[in-house]
Amino acid sequence: MSEKYAVIGKSVPKIDGRVKVTGQAKYTGDLKFPNMLVGKILTSPHAHARILSIDTSQAEKLPGVKAVITHRDVPALKYGISPARWDENIFCIDRVRFVGDKVAAVAAIDEETVYKALKLIKVEYEVLPAVFDPVAAMQEGAPQIHDEYPRNINTEIHQNFGDVEKAFAAAHHVRTDQFTGQRTYQSPIEPHSAISIWEDGKLTVYTSTQSPHYFQYYIAREFGLKMGDVRVVKPFVGGGFGGKLEPTGLEFAGAVLSRLTGRPVKMFYDRHEMFAHNRGRHRQIMKITTGVDKDGKILGVHADFIMDGGAYTSLGIATAYYAGAMLPLTYEFENYKFDMYRVYTNLPACGAQRGHGAPQPRYAFECHLDMLAEDLGMDPLELRLRNARRPDTVTPNEFKINSCELKACIEKVREISGWDKKKGKLPHGRGIGIAVGSFVSGAGYPIYRTNLPHSAAMIKVHEDGSAATLYTGAVDIGQGTDTVLCQMAAEAMGYTYEHMKIVAADTETTPHDFGAYSSRQTLMSGAAVKQAGEEVKRQILETAAAMLDIDVSTLDCREGVVFCQSNPEIQKTFAEVAREFFVRKGPLVGRGSYAPPKLGGKFKGAAVGTSPAYSFAAQVSEVAIDEETGEIDVKAVWDVHDCGTVINPALLHAQVHGALFMGMGEAVWEEVVFDEQGRIKNANLSEYRLPTALDMPEITSQLVESCEPDAPWGVKEVGEGATIPTMGCYSNAIYDAMGVRVYSLPLSYEKVWRALKEKREKEAGGG
Amino acid sequence: MQAIADKDGVKRYLVTLHINGDSYTRVVKANTLLVNFLRDDLDLTGTKKGCELGDCGSCTVLLDGKAVDSCLILAVEADGREITTIEGLARNEKLDRLQAEMINHAGVQCGYCTPGMIMSAKALLTRNPHPTEREVRQAIAGNLCRCTGYVNIVKAILAAANEEVGEGSGDE
Repeated sequence: MSEKYAVIGKSVPKIDGRVKVTGQAKYTGDLKFPNMLVGKILTSPHAHARILSIDTSQAEKLPGVKAVITHRDVPALKYGISPARWDENIFCIDRVRFVGDKVAAVAAIDEETVYKALKLIKVEYEVLPAVFDPVAAMQEGAPQIHDEYPRNINTEIHQNFGDVEKAFAAAHHVRTDQFTGQRTYQSPIEPHSAISIWEDGKLTVYTSTQSPHYFQYYIAREFGLKMGDVRVVKPFVGGGFGGKLEPTGLEFAGAVLSRLTGRPVKMFYDRHEMFAHNRGRHRQIMKITTGVDKDGKILGVHADFIMDGGAYTSLGIATAYYAGAMLPLTYEFENYKFDMYRVYTNLPACGAQRGHGAPQPRYAFECHLDMLAEDLGMDPLELRLRNARRPDTVTPNEFKINSCELKACIEKVREISGWDKKKGKLPHGRGIGIAVGSFVSGAGYPIYRTNLPHSAAMIKVHEDGSAATLYTGAVDIGQGTDTVLCQMAAEAMGYTYEHMKIVAADTETTPHDFGAYSSRQTLMSGAAVKQAGEEVKRQILETAAAMLDIDVSTLDCREGVVFCQSNPEIQKTFAEVAREFFVRKGPLVGRGSYAPPKLGGKFKGAAVGTSPAYSFAAQVSEVAIDEETGEIDVKAVWDVHDCGTVINPALLHAQVHGALFMGMGEAVWEEVVFDEQGRIKNANLSEYRLPTALDMPEITSQLVESCEPDAPWGVKEVGEGATIPTMGCYSNAIYDAMGVRVYSLPLSYEKVWRALKEKREKEAGGG
Repeated sequence: MQAIADKDGVKRYLVTLHINGDSYTRVVKANTLLVNFLRDDLDLTGTKKGCELGDCGSCTVLLDGKAVDSCLILAVEADGREITTIEGLARNEKLDRLQAEMINHAGVQCGYCTPGMIMSAKALLTRNPHPTEREVRQAIAGNLCRCTGYVNIVKAILAAANEEVGEGSGDE
């Protein structure tokens, strides 16, 4: 028993591994209920149009159709995941705002009948002028998408910390660069699905969700139900990455169809409809100005951004704030100005995608810093080391940073990538680049205002002590929280992982938790679980002390054995003590809850980006560029993370792999493309190009020693952090290889080829 | 194939499919997809649907030993043929080596691509018991995973092919 921890810090197999490899794991789309109907939503074919009339009579007459609904049949109350801008209706009332906007829905006995019925609904539209570009949408005279928002400005941010102008005036060198991001989509492999059962005044929804709590809250609000009369259950979820954080038309329309028919209704999106619903990454136009002294010390930064929000708000207000709020995390500077317009367009709404708002600005900033380093004749890695944030510091926008090993990350990635041997020394066509990143370990404030704790947990030990069940509202969408929380529970209880069971993410049986977003659960749900486990352990030790007639303070419990610390011969098993507890007092239960401390400043938007802890990462990538085709072949990527104490190393590195993979897709290939009518041109998984197994480079994922003081066992996040540096890292490697800079994402082969051509022409012209 | 027509003249066909060693005789429409037949008629929901266009590979099954997208095959095409789904891999309690290595190497995250991924790997190892890493990557190139970056999946398949290869993930 020399090791510090018995259960955490070990790569135990995933608690749901077996059911997932045998095909037994049930996802929402796999569930069936007696008498269940199938439902689908009719969507708008126009990007912007007035609805003149809807005639459902033919559809209603089709045999097998049980209900057809439009805006007339549902509450007119607007909803949305951001309370400051509720701007969506279950069905459009008088106007559609993007291709894919919700117009009507059908429930029928089978899928084939549903599709036939959708075709029989006659909607008469008057097509209106549409706008697809945020800059054009902000101009006077542009089509007005929501009457309440002049010039289509959904969110406007002007934050000013210190004195940027003064910093620029005093700087040795100031430069401005502009970059453009692209719209990407989360593309979880499991399509969204929801089964609604409205019976006897109670609504039960089985759904592919990242947050049963927010679904419950918003569904209850929409229908005027008590929270207790809405049960949201998460079966297994096949990936979310931010796209399954908010309720969709599937839940709202499905609920109404179920109420009208008195039958369970299964609704689902096909792949095309997933793209149309979207809520993916916002396309940002990013102008950055930075002033540095002659040693490369950053004196001030001005981030001036515009983002395409699409037709609705979704989680976009937070995205807009995050875009600027996260930039100062990695480097120490005092003067910072952030301006942002999030603009409505007639495209699908954007929301929160892995790294929420931060990856594109990080790409821009990390490219920009490399360009500054070149201006100064400095090694870009050296420039980053010189500015890297240190522990126990405060950002200009008042985020308190406790643990921070960014410098150690940079030093380590320098060493393992062979940076000093390679930078500027690789043959033409081959290059190396660096970028860093940081991310929150849980949002400091919930999405809507409430004083509920952020996480809660309950552990019930079985009557004979042979197992214990963790009840948690935390949401495993594949990242492995069910596993790490069971490890944490067993550690805190002095129990064994192998005997843990879990019931999670069901608003009726598990205690409240806000769910899977902002990389919050290992820290926040973990804190609640630790407290619950410690309460179980305290009761076990007290019972054992009584059984052994010994002072409780002499006892400890580890891996299912209660023992006397001075004489380990004196012991009892956890199970026999637990059984005795049940005989004497009834159920052995531990409870825990967690709320972060009050965080952040007092300025407008100060809450977004606050967190009890921040992860840090440095990435280096090595690329080979084909001069003829512009093809980017990523040879290797090294990622070094500061993510605090590690609960499960195998799952942690797997998170890095996956986050990096997503960053790589966005860096080189992924982009949702629209035609001139606002229709998606590549709403499928062959033309929206996800990286395949053949595209992935060699990945090395390593860690630095770190422990977060304000977290259970010192944990921090990892799941989103590794997405953030990748795009900038690749861009810098391409520049190192070829001497060309691509100013927009994705860094496609064509753009690299064009940049090379331009360079050749310029050199030929100049020479 | 025996066919009967309903009152609208739509024909249904009597098919027998041999799935995971058992024979199932059912009446299907001409346009019934194999994936829907497996999931809806037989409740074999281990075979997933991710795109219904043959892009994602979640619905991969073995048809006479070859990996196919069951969303691109009609049930009538599979009449009389041998099909293996993810449910047919484990022998009683004992997992197939591929299944076990996927767990050991943390190759499973959300799990939605997992059944299809394992079936593609199974077809590979059946025809090529000692593949190179490149061959593994080629074999699963039609199976999209959004969680893992394929890193641990490739390790798991290599480990299943060769007991010598790969203990643990290799990360530190």
